[in-house]
Amino acid sequence: MVMTIDAKGMYYRELNKMIRTAIEEGETEFVLDNINGQRYIGDAIKAKAKITIHGTPGNDMAVFMNGPTIEVFANGQDGIANTMNSGEIIIHGMVGDVIGYGMRGGKLMIKGDVGYRVGIHMKEYKTQVPVIVAGGCAGDFYGEYMAGGVMILLGLGAGEDKPIAGDYLGTGMHGGVIFLRGKVEEYQLGAEVAVMELDEKDLKLVTTYVTEWCEHFGHDVDEIMSRPFIKLKAVSSRPYGNLYAY
Amino acid sequence: MRCNTRIPSGCAISGMMCESGDRVDGSAIIKSIALMHDRSNGLGGGFAAYGIYPRRADQYAFHMMFDDFAAKENFDEYVKDHFIVERDEVIPTSPFGNITSPPVLWRYFLNVDEKKLEFVEDREYVVNKVMEINSNVPGAFVSSSGKNMGAFKGVGYPEDIGHFYKLEEYKGYIWTSHGRFPTNTPGWWGGAHPFGLLDWSIVHNGEISSYGINKRYLEMFGYKLELRTDTEVVAYLFDLLVRRQNLPMELAVKALSAPFWDNIDRMEPHTKELMTAIRMVYGGALLNGPYSIILGHSRGMMGLNDRIKLRPMTCGRKDDMLYMASEESAIREIEPDLDTVWSPKAGEAVVGTLNGEVE
Repeated sequence: MVMTIDAKGMYYRELNKMIRTAIEEGETEFVLDNINGQRYIGDAIKAKAKITIHGTPGNDMAVFMNGPTIEVFANGQDGIANTMNSGEIIIHGMVGDVIGYGMRGGKLMIKGDVGYRVGIHMKEYKTQVPVIVAGGCAGDFYGEYMAGGVMILLGLGAGEDKPIAGDYLGTGMHGGVIFLRGKVEEYQLGAEVAVMELDEKDLKLVTTYVTEWCEHFGHDVDEIMSRPFIKLKAVSSRPYGNLYAY
Repeated sequence: MRCNTRIPSGCAISGMMCESGDRVDGSAIIKSIALMHDRSNGLGGGFAAYGIYPRRADQYAFHMMFDDFAAKENFDEYVKDHFIVERDEVIPTSPFGNITSPPVLWRYFLNVDEKKLEFVEDREYVVNKVMEINSNVPGAFVSSSGKNMGAFKGVGYPEDIGHFYKLEEYKGYIWTSHGRFPTNTPGWWGGAHPFGLLDWSIVHNGEISSYGINKRYLEMFGYKLELRTDTEVVAYLFDLLVRRQNLPMELAVKALSAPFWDNIDRMEPHTKELMTAIRMVYGGALLNGPYSIILGHSRGMMGLNDRIKLRPMTCGRKDDMLYMASEESAIREIEPDLDTVWSPKAGEAVVGTLNGEVE
């Protein structure tokens, strides 16, 4: 059974309580219509469930989420997938700032651009590896203090006035990996990252996620993969290891 | 009215403008800011509206707050000496709703006697008087002082403040709004946003960490900063740079949200020289800290973020309408079907310009 909720004018607490209660009672599929600005949708839900959202969800969507799949047919706002642990988010639009803050698992597929500070302090542990794939371009501080995980940026729509990523790229990064489909200038890079070429294993990984992204958003995999990617990794796993050791 | 407690406790802003000059009533802007209710905490809400007094469009509309009627009597004496009072009246408010203990709210439509303008231009005269009132007339506070515009603000949630002032009954071509969550300064009626001087109004989400430097810089030019709120400096900086010093708006913005020296180093020679000069001359006007602001003035509306985008701002357009808000949903709430929607880059101004006649 699919539970459909008309969320027009509904306060977020009421909405999220309805979803939580229904999940406890065994519901696994939700369609939310007329969403506009309701915060914390899918927060800390620990279950397998599918939530389809029509309209613009509010900030901190999927915070602490552990399991569900959320698909949004609109733009997203700020703070999506904050400290998310597992599950999948698909967004048919662009998103705001601070996406995937401290994210520790799960997948985030975004059709368009992403804002500032995306993937800030993402981390990984053994098989828990968070992934963010975005089709557009990113603002400044992409991958700031990144400690783990995989971020892929396709740069569709990039051009002279719109670089694929902003400045302070990977500043403070000490783990994980960033793949960019396009070039960046040396000055855009944080002091802690280096540009590398993709090896065969990287290419396989990128192809897998790009294929998945294309399935969601209807692009051609070969076309996307026909342009070269660069890889960004931290030059040191402990850039501040000696900071207070004098 | 003046409260001295510090309430340690973000903010919401929303603005809309009809660039062709058509006017809409205040119900849409209330709806937009109300959607972001949880960004405020009930300690301040307010609106600026342009085009609301078309029949008195040539007179300075002073929106006043008084601690009590004694303070008003005092001010009435003062205002008669310095202005020609064309009309004064109570600002209509609704007795229903959640707003408690408001100050005495009164508006004055003023002209300046030619005789007083022998050595000073009229806007300069008005600015000096606003500073004088806020500093020296006990219990009186100027909430706005522009022509054909006004600020409506107070302590409460913004939607409650909007209904309290009956904004559904006014029509304007620019509306800006603010929901307050005070962090460093007290929540009092005068301290709510917008802050206004002449036709400038500012709503602001964030904090101006450079307040001390900006304050001392402005004081050198005769501004008096009495409101115990950082946002005040932004309004006065635009007045100083754009009105008094005739800096084009796009350069004033670069003084406030200046490019980093690293970026200036990479600019082509002419721009590099210009930006270097701006930073050298206007070091005291540089705004540091996290902010997104919406500036209103009689010819337009402008949105601006700090240089590393520590506060949110989303913009949208539909036909002649320009919208900007802390969250996209606050725009969608009043215009679900936007032509374009985008998030401006850090330090890059989004400008709406009046290109028609105000109806």
